[in-house]
Formats: sequence, structure tokens, C-alpha cells
Amino acid sequence: MEERQQSAHYVREAGCHREIIALDRVSFAFGTQQVLDDVNFAVQERDFVGLIGANGAGKTTLLRMIVGLTKPQRGEIRLFGTPAARFRDWHLIGYVPQRNHFNPLFPATVREVVTSGLYGRRKLLRRLTKADMDRAADALDTLDIPDLADKRIGELSGGQQQRVFLARALINNPKLLILDEPTVGIDMETQLNFFQLIKHMHQHHDITFLMVSHDLEMIRGYLGERPKATSGKLSFFVRHSHDLEDCAETDLVHTLRKEG
Amino acid sequence: MDILTAEFFQRALIGGVLIAVTAPLMGLFLVLRRLAMIGDTLAHVSIAGVALGFLINVYPVAVGLVFAIAASFAIEGLRRKYRSFAELSIAIIMSGGIALASILFTLGKGFNLNVNSYLFGSIYTLDYTDLTVIACVTVIVLAVVLLLKKELFLLTFDEDAAAVSGLPVRYFNILISILTALVISASIKIVGALLVSALLTIPAACGLALAKSFRQAVALVVVIGEAAVIAGLWMAGMWNLAPGGTIVLLLIAVLLGSLMTRAARV
Repeated sequence: MEERQQSAHYVREAGCHREIIALDRVSFAFGTQQVLDDVNFAVQERDFVGLIGANGAGKTTLLRMIVGLTKPQRGEIRLFGTPAARFRDWHLIGYVPQRNHFNPLFPATVREVVTSGLYGRRKLLRRLTKADMDRAADALDTLDIPDLADKRIGELSGGQQQRVFLARALINNPKLLILDEPTVGIDMETQLNFFQLIKHMHQHHDITFLMVSHDLEMIRGYLGERPKATSGKLSFFVRHSHDLEDCAETDLVHTLRKEG
Repeated sequence: MDILTAEFFQRALIGGVLIAVTAPLMGLFLVLRRLAMIGDTLAHVSIAGVALGFLINVYPVAVGLVFAIAASFAIEGLRRKYRSFAELSIAIIMSGGIALASILFTLGKGFNLNVNSYLFGSIYTLDYTDLTVIACVTVIVLAVVLLLKKELFLLTFDEDAAAVSGLPVRYFNILISILTALVISASIKIVGALLVSALLTIPAACGLALAKSFRQAVALVVVIGEAAVIAGLWMAGMWNLAPGGTIVLLLIAVLLGSLMTRAARV
């Protein structure tokens, strides 16, 4: 608990416009094939960044490096000012995977999946408390799916599953939300609803977004026509938040719910 | 009826009851991670260890255990080299294990009869040393699973999310492999190396068909494992059948029942 307060404090103290992700001359090659070559980019606090690239452009590799699953061969990545290799405050990062990532037969309820967002290195060996269960219920309320709590995850529609994963990502009140192709295989209308929800979160809450996608049609209107930076086949589209003055710490799950 | 009160049978029964908790439990994690074949592989490598144990006159279960653990490290290593081809590393290690076992068999022609009970299982050969090994393995596996059940769930459900939340995924993978190796080496004397993977995978298959939650799946695999092992050992004792084969056929019957229940439900 103490550790969590410390890191939240650290973010607030430094004020807004903090650098959340910094890519400093990052390079990566599979064998002789150079996938990423000297990528430089910085994601500022409360930005909404769309990382767009065709298949094979290296976006998955870059994403894996940002979340610490792969090490860059050259260059450095910093998260919240700390080199990724030494970064330990993983609860500051929420992660929404590709929807088709899991086995639909997996025997797990929505509640079990959402509370699993609380399990990390920090809480090794700790039991779930009543407060944890309440947080899970709050997260489900926030995303408007409280009645799905006891359903098996594989029984839900694609859009519902995506909300479940978003609830899991939000349960720790992350400062950075990373979405990996979040709407693959979901119908148009559900995609639009999902983006409305994400945009609302971006405009009203103290949270930074990094969304990886192979196409950008859905969010082009929001992120603008021109990329802020390109590197190889990757493009970085950026939208800054509206109200950068108000960067106070908020409890995302609770305030979202209050706003209905 | 005499056989049921015989000491050797009661030893087998106690051993079976303990194994029926741990094997389906580890099997559930493996099946959900699409590593079902790892059980078979470790069992086959274990047999090579058992054969070597007989050859050099060292407690065969212990040598089998060492072989299985070494194999689990080798699989994990190969799995990292051939990312997204997990089954390739499993196939390689499995054939390696059988190859080694066959050569060791031909070197020590005299112990073929003994090896038979390790291949197909036996209710007659379990001694107190074996029972102690099984009890220790059960305690270790249960302790780890109970202490780390949340983390194991996260890892099993979504390995990438587990890594992003700071879980040391690599160490957990190694831990799961080692626990599996322990369970398999402890089980082969009763169930037999050729059939032990059924005790890992079939209860999990029933769990996938019936359970609504992970908690329910965990309970279900253990109950099904216990039912099949107790009934199977009893039938094997009464009618002098191979215990491993009896247990596996019962498990398959339960699986068919589970699938029919599921079909009726939908």
C-alpha cells in the first residue's frame, strides 16, 4: 500500500506534461531483418497516442518492449521516467489485450477475470479482501456490465468481452492504459461504442492512452489526419487532452461511475 | 475381498488418493495453457530415468524424478528458442526420452519385468519409500498451488497480462514444469508412464466442459480424479486388472458423460 501511495504521489508532484513513455533511439531486428530502426518518441501525460502500422511494421514488437516483455537491442525505453528494465510500478499501467487472445472455453467468470487485474508481483501471496471485491464490482458498474459478473467469459459477445478486459485494466486506477488492437473482430456499432467510452475517459480523467492498431478509421476524427511522427512503417498520431490544467489525482473507477 | 484389506493394496489406495489430487490439478493448468502433451513427455523421459536407476542400482523413482526435472528445463529452454512452436520442443524431448529408455532397456535385459510395472502401473509394487515420496510431492504441490493460486490463474488466463502486471512469468513457467515433473514421477508406479498423462488431462477436459468458474473447475478436476482413481484401484484389485488402464477407461467414461451433460444443457 505504501509503495502505491508513493508512486501516485511522485506522479502528482511532478505536475502535468510529465513524460510517461520515452523511446530513445530504440532498435530491434529479427535476425538480419531490421524491424525498428532508431525510433524516438515521447508520450506525454494525458496524451492519446495512436500507434498505427501494417502487419510486420513492428508495432507488436514495440508494444512488447514498452511493457517489458522484450528488450530493445539498442536504445532505451523509460516508463514514468524510469528505465523499463528497472521499472517496478506495473500497477500504474493497465493493459487491454487483443480480444481473440484467450481460449473461449476457459472456465472463468467475468468476476474472476476482472479481479485478476489486481494480481501482480506487488501482491504476491496476498489474499483478496472485501475491498478488492468491491473494486471489482465498481469496475463492472463503471463499464455498465454488473449483471455479467457471474457469466463465463467465453459466453459473452465480443463487445462485452472487451468491456471485461477494460474493467480488468481499470481496477488498479492506472495512469497509462495500453490497448493492443482492442476492437479486432468486433462489429462496427460495438466498435463505435467502445471508442466513445475511451474518448470520454481520455477527456475527463487523468489517464494516458497508447492504442496500437493496424488501421485508424475509427479514431481518425479524434487523432487528426497527420501523424506527429513516423519511423519506418510506424506512425504516431497524437491528441492532447482538453483540460491540462486539471491534473489532480482522481479515483477513476469511482468518478466515472458518479458521472454515470 | 481379501485383497482390499491387504497391506499392499491399502498402500496403493493411499498413494492413489494423494496422486488424484495433484495430477488433475497440475493437469488443469497445463491443459489451459495448451501444454497438455507435456505430461506425456515428462513421463516418457522419466521411464528412461527409471531404467537407468535399475541399471546402476539406485532408487528408480528418484532417478526418474531427476530426469523429468531435467526434461522440463529442456522443454522450457527449447520453447523459448522456438517461440509459438511449443509442441515442437515437446515432441523432440518425448522422442529423446523414449530413445534413451529403449537403449537402457536393451542394456539391462534382466529387469524387463520390473520395468513393465512402471509402464502400465501396478498395485503390488508400491512400497513405503514410494508412499513417502508421493506424500512429500503432494504437500509441496498443494502448498505452492494454494499460496500462488491467484498468480497461477492470471498466468494461465493471460500470460502477457501477467507479465505486464509484473509477475516473473519465466520463473512461474519453470515452477509449473518442476511441479509437473514431481507429480508425474510420483504417479508412474501406480498409473504407469504410458497412461499418467490421462490422469492429468482427462479431468481437465471434463472441467472445461462443465465448470462455470475457475474455482469450480479446480474442485471438479479433483473430484473426478478421486472418483476414477478410487473406483479404478478397487476394480483392479477385485478383478486383477491393470490399475492404470482401469483408471483411464473410467476417466474416459466420465468425460463422455460430461460431454453429454454439456450437450443436454445447451
